[in-house]
Parts: sequence; C-alpha cells; structure tokens
Amino acid sequence: MNDTPAPTHIIRPPRGWGIPDLRELWRYRELLYFLTWRNIKVRYKQTVLGVAWAVLQPFVTMVVFSIFFGRLAKMPSDDLPYPIFAYAGLLPWDFFAKAFNQAGRSLVTSRPMLTKVYFPRLAIPLAAIFSALVDFAIAFGVLAGLMLWYGVRPTPQIWTLPLFLLLALVVTVGASLWAAALNVLYRDVGYIVPYIVNLLFFVTPVVYSSNLVPARWRLVYSLNPMAGVVNGFRWALLGTPTGPDAGMALSVLIALVVLGSGLVFFRYMERYFADRV
Amino acid sequence: MSTAIRIHDLGKRYFLGGAVPGREYRTLRDTLVRPWTWFRREPRPVLWALRHIDLEVPAGQVLGLIGRNGAGKSTLLKILSRVTEPTEGYAELYGRVGSLLEVGTGFHPELTGRENIYLNGAILGMRRAEIARKFDAIVAFAGVEKFIDTPVKFYSSGMYLRLAFAVAAHLEPEILLVDEVLAVGDAEFQRKSLGKMGEVAASGRTVIFVSHNMSAILHLTQRAVVLDRGRVVFDGPTADAVDFYLAAGIRRSGERVWTADEVPPAAAPFRPHALRVRDPKGRVTDTFAATHDITVEWEYSLAEPIRGLRVGIYLLTMRGEYVFTSFDTDDPAAYERWSERPAGHYVSRARIPGRLLNEGRYVLAVNASTFGHRTYFHEENALSFLVDATGAVGFQWPERRLGVIRPLLAWDIERVAERPRPSPPERS
Repeated sequence: MNDTPAPTHIIRPPRGWGIPDLRELWRYRELLYFLTWRNIKVRYKQTVLGVAWAVLQPFVTMVVFSIFFGRLAKMPSDDLPYPIFAYAGLLPWDFFAKAFNQAGRSLVTSRPMLTKVYFPRLAIPLAAIFSALVDFAIAFGVLAGLMLWYGVRPTPQIWTLPLFLLLALVVTVGASLWAAALNVLYRDVGYIVPYIVNLLFFVTPVVYSSNLVPARWRLVYSLNPMAGVVNGFRWALLGTPTGPDAGMALSVLIALVVLGSGLVFFRYMERYFADRV
Repeated sequence: MSTAIRIHDLGKRYFLGGAVPGREYRTLRDTLVRPWTWFRREPRPVLWALRHIDLEVPAGQVLGLIGRNGAGKSTLLKILSRVTEPTEGYAELYGRVGSLLEVGTGFHPELTGRENIYLNGAILGMRRAEIARKFDAIVAFAGVEKFIDTPVKFYSSGMYLRLAFAVAAHLEPEILLVDEVLAVGDAEFQRKSLGKMGEVAASGRTVIFVSHNMSAILHLTQRAVVLDRGRVVFDGPTADAVDFYLAAGIRRSGERVWTADEVPPAAAPFRPHALRVRDPKGRVTDTFAATHDITVEWEYSLAEPIRGLRVGIYLLTMRGEYVFTSFDTDDPAAYERWSERPAGHYVSRARIPGRLLNEGRYVLAVNASTFGHRTYFHEENALSFLVDATGAVGFQWPERRLGVIRPLLAWDIERVAERPRPSPPERS
C-alpha cells in the first residue's frame, strides 16, 4: 500500500493569468446540458405560445423591417426579396443580441449557486448562450421555408455556413464573458449591455447591405465582428456579393481577440465571484 | 490510517471596504471618476476570516466544527468546497468532495420535482446515470411521490426543504461537508436527516460537520475543533471540545451588551443593545432560585420603522436542545398593536415563571425577524443563566430530576373508597 497517494485536489490561493480549465468544463458537460435545458424550459413555462416565440419574434421583426425599410425606404437588398434578405441577417443578429443580453446577466442572477456550490463558473454564461442557440435553430427552420417560398436556391458555398455560425459563437462567447464577469463587480454593465446591442445594430448590416458603406470605410466597418458574421451568413445562404475578403479576415481576427481576452479576463475575475457577486 | 484532508497554514482575508450599507458593490463611476485608484492600492481595513489553520483529518473520521457566529466555520467549509479561494496556505483533499452548505441550490420554482432533482443533482456534481439510479430513493426519502410532477412552486415549504435535502443526502462523496442542514423541516424529518447523517458517518466516509446543535455534534462526531475569530482554539475529543466551547463562549454575568462593531451591518435598521435576565427584585444576576420568576429583557433600537417585526428568544439547554421559542408578538393583541413598529428605542420583556425550569444552566438565543421575509439579527448563545435547585418542585427528595422542565402540575389525590377494591377478574 502506498502511504501517500497524490491528492485528488489541492486548494491554493489563485495566482497569475490563464484561461479557465476547459477539461474540467468537459467533465461537467452534463451540468452544462441541464442548465441549458433549464433556461429553455423556464423561459417558455406559463406562456401560451411556448417555443413559437422563438419563431415569432424574428418573423414579426422581419415583416416590420420589410414594410419600413424594404417598401417605404426602398433599401437596396443585393437584388434579393427584401424579407429574405432581412431575415437572413436577423437570424445571427438575434442570436447574438439575445445570448449577449442573457449571458451578461447570468452570473448575477445565479448568485445563490455561485456562493454555495463549486462547479466550473464558465457553465453559467455558456448555458445562457446555448439556450439562445436553440432558439436560433428553431428560427432557422423558418428561413428554409422562406427560401422555398421565394424560390431562392441554396448557394454552392452553403457548406461554409457552420463556419460562420462558429464565428458568431466566438464573438458571442467572448463578449458575454467580458460582460458577465464585469457585471459581478459593476452592476452598471446590466444597463450598458442593451445599449451596446442597440448601437451595434446600426453598424451591422442587418437592415441594409454592407455595399452601402463606402469602400474606404469598409475596413473600419469590419472592426465590428458581427458585420463579418452577418455578411458571411448572407453570402453562404443567399450568395450576396460580400464574401470572404480582407474585411472578413479582420472580423475573424477581432472575434478571436475578443474570445481570448474574454477567457483570460473571466479566469482572472473568477476568484472574486463568490465573494463579490 | 490514510489522510482525507490536510490543511496547512490556511488563511482567508476579506477587505472591508465594500461593506458599507447601501454601497455593497462598486459602481463603474466610482472607478472611472477616481482613476488614481486604478494603480495605487489604498490601505483598506482587512479582516482575516481564517488564519493559520492547520488540520489533518484521517479518512473515515467525522469531525465537528464549532464556534460562535463569525468564527470562520462557514468560510472554512466554503474554501474546502472550492466555492471561494484562500488567500494563503493550502489544503489537500483526497477524494471526491460533496457539500451540503445549503440545500436546494439551483432549485427553480417553475420546474417540477422530477426536473429539479436532475438539475440539483447535476449542480451538486452527480452524473445523470447516478441520479437516475437514486431517483426512487430520493423521492421516497422526501415523501413527495404524489407531487413529483408538480412544479415545486406549489409545494409547501416543508416539502420543498425535504426534497432539497433528500437530493443532497444521496450524494455519495468520499468527503462530505455539512453546514447546519439539520435545522431543516419538522421534528420527524430532522430525526430522519440525523439518521441519514449517522449512516453516512458509519459508512466510513469523511465528514466535516458544522452545527450549533451540541447534542447533534456530540451524537455524530468523535473529534471536534473549536474556532474562534478565525483560529483553531481547541482540537480534541468532542466531549472536551463541547465543554471548552460552552465554558469559553458563554457569558456568566446575566447581561450581554452588544458593541457597535459586534452588530453586522446587515442587521440595520435593527440594532441590539443589551440582553439581561433579572430576578424578582429587578437585579441583573446569573443565578436564580427555582421558585423565582426570571425576567428576560432585550433592549434594542430601530433606525427605521419595521412592519411585522417580531423580537424573541429561544431557550436552550447547555446541550443545545430547545426548551421553547417565544416572540414578543405571540399574543394576537400584541401582534395587532405592533403590526408596524415605529423607529425608536425599545425594551421587550418576557417573564419565565418560577417553578418551570429544572435545575441547571440554560442558554438564551435571540432573534429579530419578520416572518418568512427577513432575519435582521440572530445570535446563538447570547447569554446563559443558572437555575438553582433551592425550593424547586420536589425539593423534599434530594435527587436529580429527569427532564428539561420541572413544573408543579395541578395534581389531585382523591380517596374514592375506604378499602381497596378487588381487581377485576382476568379474562379467560
């Protein structure tokens, strides 16, 4: 018999920088699953329409946009029917807006859990994001219907769509980690996040085509990684002209920086969560 | 024997800067308008909730952790369960750790009992297969079979707590950390929970058990550690530790005065001043003759009016068994009259009649709260007093009487016949 087996766990004061322990998060994947499932379940409990809300919201928004921006303002839509043009942009945008909002608040609303039990803290904002992803998947079904209705054929580059979804996830997770961790210390963040979402909406090509942006401003415009996401979605789905280019590369780069720094920041702040939330 | 937990020079420091009432957290503005605070570390008042803790717990031992409120017991459990991180030192854990720091963590009112069992189990670190295996046992233990598919928001508070405890109690870690969960539910359920705890202890698992209930500590643990202001002040056999704690922690002056720094900021607008026990002549004293009425007097003030406030006492024996609970608005008339208590300085008095308590030392705990809403102030072991057997009921027989109370009941002795009646014949 070995007298001194290695300890299962050593608890020490936290020091230095790093990213959260992703292997541990993997071990807790069932918790992540249950938290996501709880978020979805609770969101639609005691609602008459239930999950139909996930479809209704972007659909009604699309109708309103089509009337005001498509019909009245005659916004150019890269020669596509305006409804389908708007909806393809709204899909990733709505996902980002919802997930960012919910994930940003998630740590503060999970206060009792944070102060009582240990689990990888990353699971909380991730569960908020994944539950928004389920709404995204449902709303995506409607897009397929719209494409049939308008007779828009999928492009040959449709296979790149998962890559742009991944890019949307990278941006959302990165931004959410920043917001969620900051919100623990500064409750102001709860007010700032919806405001940022509103502002970003105008610099993201959701209701208009990014071709409206003068060429010399394109690169600056692409500093907003969601611009890359929305352009990529439309390009992959509908074959709009703004495909992968220098601007897109810049968006990807920014997205990766946001994610990386978000992970490091989250890990650094993690030690204060239980005491400060 | 192998080691389950090894703690070396563990310490946890808190900065008290943020603890000003109403300014619990920093706002972004605070930081932005004072940029010089970004880099300069202002000296802030610190509190070492724990310091220089050295402890080794062998596998299979059930260790009791006792101490007054704020002694660092909960902080130690939080560090061991990895909820919060230490400032210095380290702790080595050998085995999977489970904690019952508070039951019902993550319970969601909109979800059904079944759904909450799975969710709560996952939060506590159980695998889905494991929960599925234990599901029936959990439901049976909680006694909620009929309501398992009802959202828990429709549960009574008793059912809710039972279900929450049941999930946690079926966690099977090698090291279990328990904080005061036995105070949950009715007497029957408490007995069941205590039994479950004993079962866990007997099954050879390592347990650290925090409680104010000395009889539970004595019953369940072999060794106990007494913490005082973040340090270990006693470590040894449980019976000795309990004696040490009771002797050290109890004031014997007949009076407990709270200084401003002893009252947590969270108590505001309630502020306790003093608790006293007086004899029939009005003297503050520690010792009472069994025949004497004991007047318990609690002096406090309210900075703001409080609706539904109740101020009360718990009387306990030295072993931690409750004798009774009493609130100053127990009487319906008083309840009506003081439905809202205006700001001001108050004294609430209660009279414990003579010839009620048995001889021995009793402990008073105090509580100021609004029902189901908020506890403003609570202190175990606020004060103790001694009841002397002089003149006690049954004093004519100099023997130790069993029982917590020693009332003089209205006995009636009736001689119903001159001579004994024959007993009825046995039935065949």
